[in-house]
Amino acid sequence: MSEQRVGFAAAAAALIARDLRLALRRSGDTLQPLGFFLVVTALFPLALDPQLSLLRDIAPAALWVGALLSSLLALDLLFREDAQDGTLEQLALCGLPFQGLLLAKTAVHWLLTGLPLVLIAPLAATALGAPYEAMPGILAAVLLGTLALSLIGAVGAGLTMSLKRNGSLLALLVLPLAAPVLIFGARATALAIAGEPLAAPLYLLAAFTVLSATLAPWALAAAVRIGLE
Amino acid sequence: MAWVWFHRFGSPPHFYRLATRLTPWFAWPAALLCLAGLIGGLVLAPPDYQQGDGFRIIYVHAPAAWLSLMVYVVMATSAAVGLIWRMTVAYAVSASCAVIGASFTALALATGMLWGRPMWGTYWEWDPRLTSELLLLFLYLGYLGLRNSIDDVGRADRASAVLAIVGVVNVPIIHYSVIWWNSLHQAPSVMKFGRPTMPAAMLVPLLLMLAGFTAYFVALLLIRARGELLRRERNAHWTAEAAGATATG
Repeated sequence: MSEQRVGFAAAAAALIARDLRLALRRSGDTLQPLGFFLVVTALFPLALDPQLSLLRDIAPAALWVGALLSSLLALDLLFREDAQDGTLEQLALCGLPFQGLLLAKTAVHWLLTGLPLVLIAPLAATALGAPYEAMPGILAAVLLGTLALSLIGAVGAGLTMSLKRNGSLLALLVLPLAAPVLIFGARATALAIAGEPLAAPLYLLAAFTVLSATLAPWALAAAVRIGLE
Repeated sequence: MAWVWFHRFGSPPHFYRLATRLTPWFAWPAALLCLAGLIGGLVLAPPDYQQGDGFRIIYVHAPAAWLSLMVYVVMATSAAVGLIWRMTVAYAVSASCAVIGASFTALALATGMLWGRPMWGTYWEWDPRLTSELLLLFLYLGYLGLRNSIDDVGRADRASAVLAIVGVVNVPIIHYSVIWWNSLHQAPSVMKFGRPTMPAAMLVPLLLMLAGFTAYFVALLLIRARGELLRRERNAHWTAEAAGATATG
């Protein structure tokens, strides 16, 4: 019997590649959160007077509420199928750091829902009347915010992955915990649109993201292990 | 051995007997302290020079708000103890905390709104403290929702314990982010409630109410934890004995 040793980096890369390939084979499902985000942000001007000044005021709220909700959409499936077909058990037993492997899966969630949002946010912001000069600030805020959303959301997905009925429970678990992301992200976006310095909320958002990245993997691993029992 | 008391604490029958014995020692002081606090606060304390009699709701509001946070910390701490040492008793305490904490949070919200009506002219103001209290209520509801949707008690215990620990790390962050959110919006224009040092006639009843509410919480927690233990250990031998003793005694 030849003992094959796979390093953590190779395993994580293989896991990310596998999950991305799976997502590409179902590109319809994968694109749904993005379409959802665009529809939600497009609904705000329909519900309001489409005056540019008014739209500019609600743009941060529309962008961030849309980002929060569309990030939730893909969470439910993040671990569910892998838990059902035993993949997660193999990952837990394979001897490599479980936290790291789950972090790799979380990274895939960000690549599939967070990164598209970062790319599409300038478009949505322009449609809501944000000036061109605001784009770097908005991009930075959405980049940091979506990372934190994926990390927090993954913990919620781990806690609920083995439940049969979890429709709104996941939202109830994740959204209050994500309130700081919403507050700092929307604040940074509003300051960017107003052309004012936005360092303060951006630093706070970055701090929150770093804290999530530090602590979430451990909570996530504990949650998934409980779900696998 | 120094840790014997700790292991005995983790034994359900021992904890059950201890809780039964301790309950009156918290329930009676709670009743007396609240009675004294209410008389002091509602009758003896002078009306506030700005808010008149409206300020008196603080004697219910402040203890409820204080407990809403403290109960969450107790819940998360006992959940962590349960996760680390796999103690049924700690899980039972944690599970008993959630409904009590959610009730105190709802009470703090309701009294805050009632106070806001005459003071701010509206029931709901997006005041930082009220808002973070509202988010705390959502955290409690999430905890209860997660517990309710997992059928197996052991797994519900461990999953909700992880959630409680994640929540307790987040509670201060949420609290301060809400405060900064509001202070970034507008300068605090409302009077700072209770910031000017209170005269003793107002402060002493408030402290009595705080102590009374806390004792009430402990008594309630002991009773609920006993019920929780009986339900979990319903097939164990000691449960029948304990139930029999209660029935005859």
